[in-house]
Amino acid sequence: MIEIAGLSRTFKGRTGPVEALRGIDLNVKEKEFVAIIGRSGCGKSTLLRLVAGLIPATAGRVLVGGEQVTRPRRDIAMMFQRPALLPWRSVLDNVMLPVEIFGWKRQTHQARARELLEIVGLTGFEKQLPHELSGGMQQRVSLCRALIQQPRVLLMDEPFSALDALTREELAVELQRIHIQLGTTMLFVTHSIQEAVLLADRVVVLSSRPGQIRRVVEVDIPRPRSFGHSAHMEEVSTCSAELHELLLG
Amino acid sequence: MSSTTGDTPGLLSRVGPPAIGAVAAIAAWWAATAVFHIRSFFLPAPPEIVHRFLEQPEFLLQESWATLVETVAGFAIAVVAALTLAVLLAAVPIIERATLPLLVTLNSVPKVAIAPLLIVWLGYGPKPKIFLAVLICFFPLVVAAMSGFASTPADFSELSRSLSASWWQTYVKIRIPWALPQIFVGLKVAMSLAPIGAVVAEVYNPDHGLGAVVALSSTSADTPLAFAAIVLLAILSVTLYYLVVAVERLVLPWAREISG
Repeated sequence: MIEIAGLSRTFKGRTGPVEALRGIDLNVKEKEFVAIIGRSGCGKSTLLRLVAGLIPATAGRVLVGGEQVTRPRRDIAMMFQRPALLPWRSVLDNVMLPVEIFGWKRQTHQARARELLEIVGLTGFEKQLPHELSGGMQQRVSLCRALIQQPRVLLMDEPFSALDALTREELAVELQRIHIQLGTTMLFVTHSIQEAVLLADRVVVLSSRPGQIRRVVEVDIPRPRSFGHSAHMEEVSTCSAELHELLLG
Repeated sequence: MSSTTGDTPGLLSRVGPPAIGAVAAIAAWWAATAVFHIRSFFLPAPPEIVHRFLEQPEFLLQESWATLVETVAGFAIAVVAALTLAVLLAAVPIIERATLPLLVTLNSVPKVAIAPLLIVWLGYGPKPKIFLAVLICFFPLVVAAMSGFASTPADFSELSRSLSASWWQTYVKIRIPWALPQIFVGLKVAMSLAPIGAVVAEVYNPDHGLGAVVALSSTSADTPLAFAAIVLLAILSVTLYYLVVAVERLVLPWAREISG
Protein backbone atom coordinates (compact mmCIF):
# COMPACT_ATOMS: atom_id res chain seq x y z
CA MET A 1 0.00 0.00 0.00
CA ILE A 2 2.80 2.41 0.91
CA GLU A 3 6.13 2.10 -0.89
CA ILE A 4 8.91 4.38 0.25
CA ALA A 5 12.17 4.22 -1.68
CA GLY A 6 15.42 6.11 -1.07
CA LEU A 7 13.51 8.94 0.57
CA SER A 8 15.62 11.87 1.76
CA ARG A 9 14.81 15.35 2.89
CA THR A 10 17.14 18.27 3.62
CA PHE A 11 15.91 21.55 5.08
CA LYS A 12 17.51 24.94 4.66
CA GLY A 13 18.59 25.95 8.15
CA ARG A 14 19.96 29.27 9.35
CA THR A 15 23.49 27.88 9.51
CA GLY A 16 23.30 25.81 6.33
CA PRO A 17 21.45 22.74 5.15
CA VAL A 18 20.04 20.35 7.77
CA GLU A 19 19.63 16.75 6.73
CA ALA A 20 16.44 15.48 8.36
CA LEU A 21 16.04 12.12 6.64
CA ARG A 22 18.43 9.97 4.63
CA GLY A 23 17.66 7.04 2.36
CA ILE A 24 14.49 5.70 3.93
CA ASP A 25 13.22 2.44 2.38
CA LEU A 26 10.00 1.02 3.75
CA ASN A 27 7.04 -0.93 2.45
CA VAL A 28 3.74 -1.06 4.30
CA LYS A 29 1.24 -3.73 3.33
CA GLU A 30 -2.49 -3.18 3.07
CA LYS A 31 -4.24 -3.19 6.49
CA GLU A 32 -0.89 -3.14 8.22
CA PHE A 33 -0.27 -0.98 11.27
CA VAL A 34 3.26 0.42 11.29
CA ALA A 35 4.58 2.58 14.12
CA ILE A 36 7.53 4.92 13.65
CA ILE A 37 9.43 5.55 16.81
CA GLY A 38 12.44 7.69 17.57
CA ARG A 39 13.72 10.42 19.82
CA SER A 40 12.62 14.01 19.25
CA GLY A 41 14.21 15.57 16.19
CA CYS A 42 14.83 12.25 14.44
CA GLY A 43 12.71 13.29 11.46
CA LYS A 44 9.71 11.05 12.14
CA SER A 45 7.25 13.89 11.62
CA THR A 46 9.11 14.85 8.44
CA LEU A 47 8.70 11.30 7.19
CA LEU A 48 4.96 11.46 7.81
CA ARG A 49 4.65 14.85 6.10
CA LEU A 50 6.47 13.48 3.07
CA VAL A 51 4.05 10.54 2.86
CA ALA A 52 1.14 12.99 3.26
CA GLY A 53 2.42 15.07 0.37
CA LEU A 54 2.62 18.15 2.56
CA ILE A 55 6.31 18.72 1.76
CA PRO A 56 8.34 17.62 -1.28
CA ALA A 57 11.18 15.09 -1.00
CA THR A 58 14.76 16.09 -1.72
CA ALA A 59 15.42 12.63 -3.17
CA GLY A 60 13.56 9.34 -3.50
CA ARG A 61 9.84 8.83 -3.75
CA VAL A 62 6.68 7.72 -2.00
CA LEU A 63 3.99 5.62 -3.66
CA VAL A 64 0.59 5.11 -2.09
CA GLY A 65 -1.64 2.59 -3.82
CA GLY A 66 0.88 2.43 -6.67
CA GLU A 67 0.65 6.14 -7.39
CA GLN A 68 3.40 8.61 -6.55
CA VAL A 69 2.52 11.17 -3.88
CA THR A 70 3.26 14.69 -5.06
CA ARG A 71 0.67 16.64 -3.08
CA PRO A 72 -2.03 15.96 -0.44
CA ARG A 73 -4.53 13.34 -1.66
CA ARG A 74 -8.04 12.41 -0.62
CA ASP A 75 -7.15 8.76 -0.10
CA ILE A 76 -4.49 9.76 2.43
CA ALA A 77 -5.81 11.24 5.67
CA MET A 78 -3.73 12.91 8.32
CA MET A 79 -4.33 13.25 12.04
CA PHE A 80 -2.29 15.77 13.99
CA GLN A 81 -0.83 16.03 17.45
CA ARG A 82 -3.51 18.53 18.43
CA PRO A 83 -7.17 18.04 17.48
CA ALA A 84 -7.30 21.24 15.35
CA LEU A 85 -11.09 21.37 15.58
CA LEU A 86 -12.80 24.53 14.39
CA PRO A 87 -14.19 26.05 17.61
CA TRP A 88 -17.33 27.48 16.00
CA ARG A 89 -18.41 24.19 14.45
CA SER A 90 -20.34 21.50 16.24
CA VAL A 91 -18.81 18.04 16.63
CA LEU A 92 -20.80 16.73 13.66
CA ASP A 93 -19.91 19.72 11.46
CA ASN A 94 -16.24 19.33 12.33
CA VAL A 95 -16.38 15.73 11.17
CA MET A 96 -18.15 16.88 8.00
CA LEU A 97 -15.49 19.47 7.11
CA PRO A 98 -13.62 17.24 4.61
CA VAL A 99 -16.96 16.31 2.98
CA GLU A 100 -17.71 20.01 2.42
CA ILE A 101 -14.24 20.78 1.13
CA PHE A 102 -14.27 17.86 -1.28
CA GLY A 103 -17.68 18.97 -2.53
CA TRP A 104 -19.27 15.63 -1.65
CA LYS A 105 -23.00 15.32 -0.98
CA ARG A 106 -23.78 16.13 2.62
CA GLN A 107 -26.76 13.80 2.96
CA THR A 108 -24.89 10.72 1.77
CA HIS A 109 -22.05 11.21 4.24
CA GLN A 110 -23.92 12.53 7.26
CA ALA A 111 -25.03 9.04 8.24
CA ARG A 112 -21.42 7.84 8.05
CA ALA A 113 -20.31 10.72 10.24
CA ARG A 114 -22.81 9.65 12.88
CA GLU A 115 -21.64 6.05 12.56
CA LEU A 116 -18.02 7.05 13.09
CA LEU A 117 -18.98 9.13 16.13
CA GLU A 118 -20.78 6.08 17.45
CA ILE A 119 -17.68 3.93 16.97
CA VAL A 120 -15.63 6.32 19.13
CA GLY A 121 -18.43 6.57 21.71
CA LEU A 122 -19.52 10.13 21.00
CA THR A 123 -23.17 9.51 20.20
CA GLY A 124 -25.20 12.26 21.85
CA PHE A 125 -22.39 14.81 21.50
CA GLU A 126 -23.04 15.70 17.82
CA LYS A 127 -24.31 19.19 18.56
CA GLN A 128 -21.73 20.13 21.19
CA LEU A 129 -18.97 22.64 20.45
CA PRO A 130 -15.35 21.46 20.80
CA HIS A 131 -14.65 23.49 23.96
CA GLU A 132 -17.41 21.56 25.71
CA LEU A 133 -15.46 18.30 25.26
CA SER A 134 -12.44 16.89 27.08
CA GLY A 135 -9.08 16.64 25.30
CA GLY A 136 -9.53 12.93 24.67
CA MET A 137 -12.99 13.45 23.21
CA GLN A 138 -11.67 16.22 20.97
CA GLN A 139 -8.99 13.90 19.62
CA ARG A 140 -11.67 11.27 18.96
CA VAL A 141 -13.58 13.83 16.89
CA SER A 142 -10.37 14.56 15.02
CA LEU A 143 -10.00 10.83 14.30
CA CYS A 144 -13.56 10.73 12.92
CA ARG A 145 -12.76 13.73 10.71
CA ALA A 146 -9.79 11.84 9.29
CA LEU A 147 -11.84 8.68 8.75
CA ILE A 148 -14.80 10.38 7.04
CA GLN A 149 -12.74 10.80 3.89
CA GLN A 150 -12.53 6.99 3.67
CA PRO A 151 -8.76 7.03 3.40
CA ARG A 152 -6.76 4.06 2.17
CA VAL A 153 -3.97 5.25 4.42
CA LEU A 154 -4.27 7.05 7.76
CA LEU A 155 -1.22 8.97 8.95
CA MET A 156 -1.02 9.89 12.62
CA ASP A 157 1.53 12.30 14.03
CA GLU A 158 1.80 11.62 17.77
CA PRO A 159 -1.97 11.91 18.07
CA PHE A 160 -2.12 11.14 21.78
CA SER A 161 0.96 12.96 23.02
CA ALA A 162 -0.93 15.99 24.30
CA LEU A 163 -3.23 13.86 26.48
CA ASP A 164 -2.87 12.63 30.04
CA ALA A 165 -1.53 9.11 30.61
CA LEU A 166 -4.84 7.37 31.29
CA THR A 167 -6.61 8.98 28.34
CA ARG A 168 -3.68 7.99 26.11
CA GLU A 169 -4.06 4.34 27.03
CA GLU A 170 -7.80 4.50 26.57
CA LEU A 171 -7.45 6.01 23.10
CA ALA A 172 -4.72 3.60 22.06
CA VAL A 173 -6.92 0.65 22.96
CA GLU A 174 -9.76 2.27 21.04
CA LEU A 175 -7.57 2.89 18.01
CA GLN A 176 -6.60 -0.77 17.99
CA ARG A 177 -10.27 -1.72 17.98
CA ILE A 178 -10.99 0.71 15.11
CA HIS A 179 -8.05 -0.65 13.15
CA ILE A 180 -9.32 -4.21 13.56
CA GLN A 181 -12.84 -3.08 12.61
CA LEU A 182 -12.05 -0.87 9.59
CA GLY A 183 -8.77 -2.35 8.38
CA THR A 184 -7.33 1.00 7.31
CA THR A 185 -3.58 0.97 6.65
CA MET A 186 -1.96 3.06 9.36
CA LEU A 187 1.34 4.83 9.78
CA PHE A 188 1.67 6.02 13.35
CA VAL A 189 4.40 8.28 14.69
CA THR A 190 5.01 8.09 18.42
CA HIS A 191 7.74 8.33 21.02
CA SER A 192 5.98 5.91 23.34
CA ILE A 193 7.30 2.34 23.31
CA GLN A 194 4.16 1.21 25.09
CA GLU A 195 1.89 2.58 22.37
CA ALA A 196 4.05 1.14 19.62
CA VAL A 197 3.99 -2.36 21.15
CA LEU A 198 0.26 -2.23 21.75
CA LEU A 199 -0.70 -1.02 18.30
CA ALA A 200 1.85 -1.97 15.68
CA ASP A 201 2.47 -5.01 13.52
CA ARG A 202 5.91 -3.59 12.91
CA VAL A 203 7.85 -0.84 14.64
CA VAL A 204 10.31 1.25 12.63
CA VAL A 205 13.06 2.60 14.86
CA LEU A 206 14.68 5.77 13.53
CA SER A 207 18.10 7.06 14.52
CA SER A 208 18.75 10.79 14.77
CA ARG A 209 20.45 13.41 12.60
CA PRO A 210 20.05 12.38 9.89
CA GLY A 211 17.01 10.20 10.43
CA GLN A 212 17.75 6.72 9.17
CA ILE A 213 16.07 3.39 9.76
CA ARG A 214 17.98 1.69 12.55
CA ARG A 215 15.89 -1.47 12.71
CA VAL A 216 12.39 -2.70 11.92
CA VAL A 217 11.02 -4.75 14.80
CA GLU A 218 8.20 -7.24 14.22
CA VAL A 219 5.63 -7.30 17.01
CA ASP A 220 4.30 -10.81 16.87
CA ILE A 221 1.70 -10.66 19.60
CA PRO A 222 -1.89 -11.78 18.95
CA ARG A 223 -4.64 -9.14 18.96
CA PRO A 224 -6.51 -7.68 20.68
CA ARG A 225 -3.65 -6.62 22.92
CA SER A 226 -4.03 -4.68 26.14
CA PHE A 227 -2.00 -2.63 28.55
CA GLY A 228 -1.22 -4.05 31.94
CA HIS A 229 -2.10 -7.61 32.67
CA SER A 230 -2.49 -9.88 29.65
CA ALA A 231 -1.77 -13.38 28.51
CA HIS A 232 1.30 -12.22 26.61
CA MET A 233 3.17 -10.28 29.26
CA GLU A 234 6.43 -11.96 28.40
CA GLU A 235 6.38 -11.15 24.68
CA VAL A 236 5.36 -7.57 25.46
CA SER A 237 8.22 -7.04 27.86
CA THR A 238 10.77 -8.69 25.54
CA CYS A 239 9.65 -6.48 22.67
CA SER A 240 9.59 -3.35 24.84
CA ALA A 241 13.07 -4.11 26.13
CA GLU A 242 14.39 -4.52 22.60
CA LEU A 243 12.90 -1.19 21.50
CA HIS A 244 14.20 0.48 24.61
CA GLU A 245 17.71 -0.66 23.90
CA LEU A 246 17.52 0.41 20.26
CA LEU A 247 16.31 3.87 21.24
CA LEU A 248 18.83 4.45 23.99
CA GLY A 249 21.82 2.67 22.44
CA MET B 1 -12.17 21.81 29.28
CA SER B 2 -15.85 21.95 30.04
CA SER B 3 -17.50 25.34 30.13
CA THR B 4 -17.16 27.18 33.40
CA THR B 5 -20.06 29.58 33.12
CA GLY B 6 -21.33 30.38 36.60
CA ASP B 7 -24.87 31.35 37.49
CA THR B 8 -26.07 34.32 35.49
CA PRO B 9 -26.69 37.18 37.87
CA GLY B 10 -30.29 38.39 38.08
CA LEU B 11 -31.55 41.35 36.05
CA LEU B 12 -31.67 43.55 39.15
CA SER B 13 -28.06 42.99 40.16
CA ARG B 14 -26.87 43.56 36.57
CA VAL B 15 -28.90 46.71 35.80
CA GLY B 16 -29.16 48.08 39.33
CA PRO B 17 -25.67 49.53 39.98
CA PRO B 18 -25.26 51.29 36.61
CA ALA B 19 -28.77 52.74 36.91
CA ILE B 20 -28.04 54.07 40.41
CA GLY B 21 -24.78 55.58 39.11
CA ALA B 22 -26.56 57.36 36.26
CA VAL B 23 -29.33 58.71 38.48
CA ALA B 24 -26.80 59.93 41.04
CA ALA B 25 -24.76 61.73 38.35
CA ILE B 26 -27.85 63.51 36.98
CA ALA B 27 -28.93 64.43 40.50
CA ALA B 28 -25.50 65.89 41.26
CA TRP B 29 -25.59 67.90 38.06
CA TRP B 30 -29.06 69.17 38.87
CA ALA B 31 -28.08 70.03 42.44
CA ALA B 32 -24.96 71.88 41.25
CA THR B 33 -26.94 74.09 38.89
CA ALA B 34 -29.39 74.91 41.70
CA VAL B 35 -26.86 75.39 44.54
CA PHE B 36 -24.37 77.50 42.57
CA HIS B 37 -27.08 79.37 40.62
CA ILE B 38 -25.51 78.40 37.30
CA ARG B 39 -27.31 80.18 34.50
CA SER B 40 -29.09 78.08 31.93
CA PHE B 41 -27.14 79.66 29.09
CA PHE B 42 -23.89 78.42 30.74
CA LEU B 43 -25.02 74.96 31.94
CA PRO B 44 -28.72 74.08 31.76
CA ALA B 45 -30.28 71.88 34.45
CA PRO B 46 -31.56 68.45 33.32
CA PRO B 47 -35.27 69.42 33.37
CA GLU B 48 -34.57 72.41 31.11
CA ILE B 49 -33.02 70.09 28.56
CA VAL B 50 -36.04 67.81 28.66
CA HIS B 51 -38.28 70.85 28.38
CA ARG B 52 -36.35 72.17 25.39
CA PHE B 53 -36.61 68.77 23.72
CA LEU B 54 -40.39 68.71 24.27
CA GLU B 55 -40.73 72.11 22.60
CA GLN B 56 -39.52 70.74 19.26
CA PRO B 57 -39.54 66.95 19.49
CA GLU B 58 -40.26 66.39 15.83
CA PHE B 59 -37.46 68.65 14.65
CA LEU B 60 -34.94 67.04 16.98
CA LEU B 61 -35.96 63.51 16.10
CA GLN B 62 -35.71 64.37 12.42
CA GLU B 63 -32.18 65.64 12.89
CA SER B 64 -31.35 62.54 14.95
CA TRP B 65 -32.60 60.42 12.10
CA ALA B 66 -30.33 62.29 9.66
CA THR B 67 -27.30 61.65 11.86
CA LEU B 68 -28.30 58.02 12.40
CA VAL B 69 -28.59 57.38 8.67
CA GLU B 70 -25.23 59.01 7.94
CA THR B 71 -23.54 57.11 10.75
CA VAL B 72 -24.93 53.72 9.80
CA ALA B 73 -24.32 54.26 6.09
CA GLY B 74 -20.73 55.32 6.76
CA PHE B 75 -20.17 52.37 9.08
CA ALA B 76 -21.64 49.88 6.60
CA ILE B 77 -19.60 51.18 3.65
CA ALA B 78 -16.44 51.15 5.78
CA VAL B 79 -17.09 47.56 6.92
CA VAL B 80 -17.51 46.26 3.38
CA ALA B 81 -14.54 48.19 2.01
CA ALA B 82 -12.22 47.44 4.94
CA LEU B 83 -12.96 43.71 5.04
CA THR B 84 -12.50 43.38 1.29
CA LEU B 85 -9.20 45.21 1.47
CA ALA B 86 -8.07 43.15 4.47
CA VAL B 87 -8.77 39.86 2.67
CA LEU B 88 -6.91 41.16 -0.37
CA LEU B 89 -3.94 42.31 1.70
CA ALA B 90 -3.77 39.06 3.62
CA ALA B 91 -4.07 36.98 0.44
CA VAL B 92 -1.58 38.81 -1.78
CA PRO B 93 1.60 39.65 0.14
CA ILE B 94 2.93 41.90 -2.62
CA ILE B 95 -0.12 44.18 -2.34
CA GLU B 96 0.32 44.23 1.41
CA ARG B 97 3.95 45.24 1.12
CA ALA B 98 3.13 47.90 -1.46
CA THR B 99 0.26 49.54 0.40
CA LEU B 100 0.69 48.91 4.12
CA PRO B 101 3.16 51.78 4.77
CA LEU B 102 0.83 54.09 2.87
CA LEU B 103 -2.15 52.91 4.93
CA VAL B 104 -0.27 53.42 8.18
CA THR B 105 0.67 56.95 7.09
CA LEU B 106 -2.88 57.78 6.08
CA ASN B 107 -4.12 56.35 9.35
CA SER B 108 -1.93 58.73 11.34
CA VAL B 109 -3.54 61.77 9.68
CA PRO B 110 -6.22 63.13 12.03
CA LYS B 111 -9.24 62.48 9.82
CA VAL B 112 -11.27 65.39 11.23
CA ALA B 113 -8.70 67.77 9.70
CA ILE B 114 -10.17 66.86 6.32
CA ALA B 115 -13.67 68.03 7.32
CA PRO B 116 -13.32 71.59 5.92
CA LEU B 117 -12.22 70.23 2.55
CA LEU B 118 -15.25 67.99 2.21
CA ILE B 119 -17.52 70.89 1.14
CA VAL B 120 -15.10 71.52 -1.72
CA TRP B 121 -15.08 67.87 -2.77
CA LEU B 122 -18.58 66.69 -2.02
CA GLY B 123 -20.69 69.80 -1.52
CA TYR B 124 -23.67 69.84 0.84
CA GLY B 125 -26.08 67.14 1.92
CA PRO B 126 -25.34 63.79 3.54
CA LYS B 127 -22.43 62.77 1.28
CA PRO B 128 -19.58 64.57 3.07
CA LYS B 129 -20.88 63.33 6.45
CA ILE B 130 -21.03 59.73 5.30
CA PHE B 131 -17.60 60.11 3.76
CA LEU B 132 -16.00 61.31 7.00
CA ALA B 133 -17.72 58.52 8.94
CA VAL B 134 -16.31 55.97 6.45
CA LEU B 135 -12.85 57.49 6.68
CA ILE B 136 -12.74 57.47 10.46
CA CYS B 137 -14.02 53.84 10.71
CA PHE B 138 -11.95 52.40 7.94
CA PHE B 139 -8.46 51.96 9.39
CA PRO B 140 -9.34 50.39 12.73
CA LEU B 141 -11.38 47.85 10.79
CA VAL B 142 -8.58 47.03 8.36
CA VAL B 143 -6.08 46.66 11.17
CA ALA B 144 -8.39 44.45 13.23
CA ALA B 145 -9.28 42.19 10.32
CA MET B 146 -5.67 41.84 9.22
CA SER B 147 -4.46 40.87 12.65
CA GLY B 148 -7.36 38.41 12.77
CA PHE B 149 -6.30 36.80 9.49
CA ALA B 150 -2.66 36.77 10.55
CA SER B 151 -3.54 34.87 13.71
CA THR B 152 -4.83 31.72 11.95
CA PRO B 153 -3.28 28.87 13.97
CA ALA B 154 -0.64 26.83 12.12
CA ASP B 155 -2.68 23.69 12.89
CA PHE B 156 -5.57 25.02 10.81
CA SER B 157 -3.32 25.99 7.91
CA GLU B 158 -1.87 22.49 7.86
CA LEU B 159 -5.35 20.97 8.11
CA SER B 160 -6.61 22.95 5.14
CA ARG B 161 -3.50 22.03 3.18
CA SER B 162 -3.86 18.34 3.95
CA LEU B 163 -7.45 18.54 2.67
CA SER B 164 -6.29 20.43 -0.45
CA ALA B 165 -8.79 23.18 0.35
CA SER B 166 -8.92 25.96 -2.24
CA TRP B 167 -7.93 29.52 -1.39
CA TRP B 168 -11.58 30.48 -1.24
CA GLN B 169 -12.58 27.53 0.98
CA THR B 170 -9.74 28.28 3.36
CA TYR B 171 -11.00 31.83 3.79
CA VAL B 172 -14.69 31.11 4.01
CA LYS B 173 -14.49 28.02 6.20
CA ILE B 174 -11.46 28.72 8.36
CA ARG B 175 -9.70 32.07 8.24
CA ILE B 176 -12.65 34.48 8.27
CA PRO B 177 -14.58 32.67 11.05
CA TRP B 178 -11.37 32.46 13.08
CA ALA B 179 -10.77 36.20 12.58
CA LEU B 180 -14.31 37.16 13.62
CA PRO B 181 -13.56 37.84 17.30
CA GLN B 182 -10.81 40.26 16.27
CA ILE B 183 -12.99 41.73 13.51
CA PHE B 184 -15.60 42.43 16.17
CA VAL B 185 -13.01 44.35 18.19
CA GLY B 186 -12.62 46.52 15.09
CA LEU B 187 -16.38 46.75 14.60
CA LYS B 188 -16.85 48.02 18.14
CA VAL B 189 -14.11 50.63 17.78
CA ALA B 190 -15.48 51.66 14.38
CA MET B 191 -19.04 51.90 15.67
CA SER B 192 -18.00 54.25 18.44
CA LEU B 193 -16.01 56.36 15.95
CA ALA B 194 -18.62 56.55 13.16
CA PRO B 195 -20.91 59.09 14.92
CA ILE B 196 -17.85 61.28 15.57
CA GLY B 197 -17.09 61.37 11.86
CA ALA B 198 -20.68 62.20 10.94
CA VAL B 199 -21.03 64.89 13.62
CA VAL B 200 -17.72 66.61 12.88
CA ALA B 201 -18.76 66.89 9.24
CA GLU B 202 -22.15 68.22 10.32
CA VAL B 203 -20.57 70.88 12.53
CA TYR B 204 -18.43 72.10 9.62
CA ASN B 205 -21.24 71.95 7.16
CA PRO B 206 -24.37 72.54 9.24
CA ASP B 207 -27.36 71.81 7.07
CA HIS B 208 -28.74 68.71 8.77
CA GLY B 209 -28.14 66.41 11.70
CA LEU B 210 -27.51 66.76 15.43
CA GLY B 211 -24.05 68.24 14.83
CA ALA B 212 -25.72 71.01 12.84
CA VAL B 213 -28.18 71.59 15.70
CA VAL B 214 -25.30 72.03 18.17
CA ALA B 215 -23.42 74.34 15.78
CA LEU B 216 -26.46 76.53 15.10
CA SER B 217 -27.70 76.64 18.69
CA SER B 218 -24.35 77.97 19.85
CA THR B 219 -24.67 80.92 17.51
CA SER B 220 -27.98 81.82 19.16
CA ALA B 221 -26.74 80.95 22.68
CA ASP B 222 -29.52 78.34 22.95
CA THR B 223 -27.50 76.07 25.24
CA PRO B 224 -30.46 73.89 26.33
CA LEU B 225 -31.05 73.04 22.65
CA ALA B 226 -27.37 72.15 22.20
CA PHE B 227 -27.56 69.90 25.25
CA ALA B 228 -30.74 68.26 24.02
CA ALA B 229 -28.93 67.43 20.78
CA ILE B 230 -25.88 66.15 22.65
CA VAL B 231 -28.02 63.90 24.85
CA LEU B 232 -29.76 62.49 21.77
CA LEU B 233 -26.35 61.93 20.19
CA ALA B 234 -25.15 60.06 23.27
CA ILE B 235 -28.25 57.84 23.23
CA LEU B 236 -27.73 57.17 19.52
CA SER B 237 -24.05 56.26 19.91
CA VAL B 238 -24.54 54.04 22.93
CA THR B 239 -27.46 52.21 21.30
CA LEU B 240 -25.48 51.55 18.12
CA TYR B 241 -22.48 50.33 20.11
CA TYR B 242 -24.52 47.90 22.16
CA LEU B 243 -26.24 46.65 19.01
CA VAL B 244 -22.82 45.56 17.77
CA VAL B 245 -22.11 43.96 21.14
CA ALA B 246 -25.43 42.11 20.98
CA VAL B 247 -24.71 40.82 17.47
CA GLU B 248 -21.28 39.67 18.66
CA ARG B 249 -22.80 37.67 21.51
CA LEU B 250 -25.28 36.14 19.13
CA VAL B 251 -22.77 35.22 16.43
CA LEU B 252 -19.78 34.21 18.54
CA PRO B 253 -20.89 32.14 21.52
CA TRP B 254 -17.67 30.14 21.18
CA ALA B 255 -15.26 33.07 21.28
CA ARG B 256 -15.70 33.92 24.95
CA GLU B 257 -15.27 30.28 25.91
CA ILE B 258 -11.98 29.65 24.18
CA SER B 259 -10.40 32.98 25.09
CA GLY B 260 -11.15 32.31 28.76
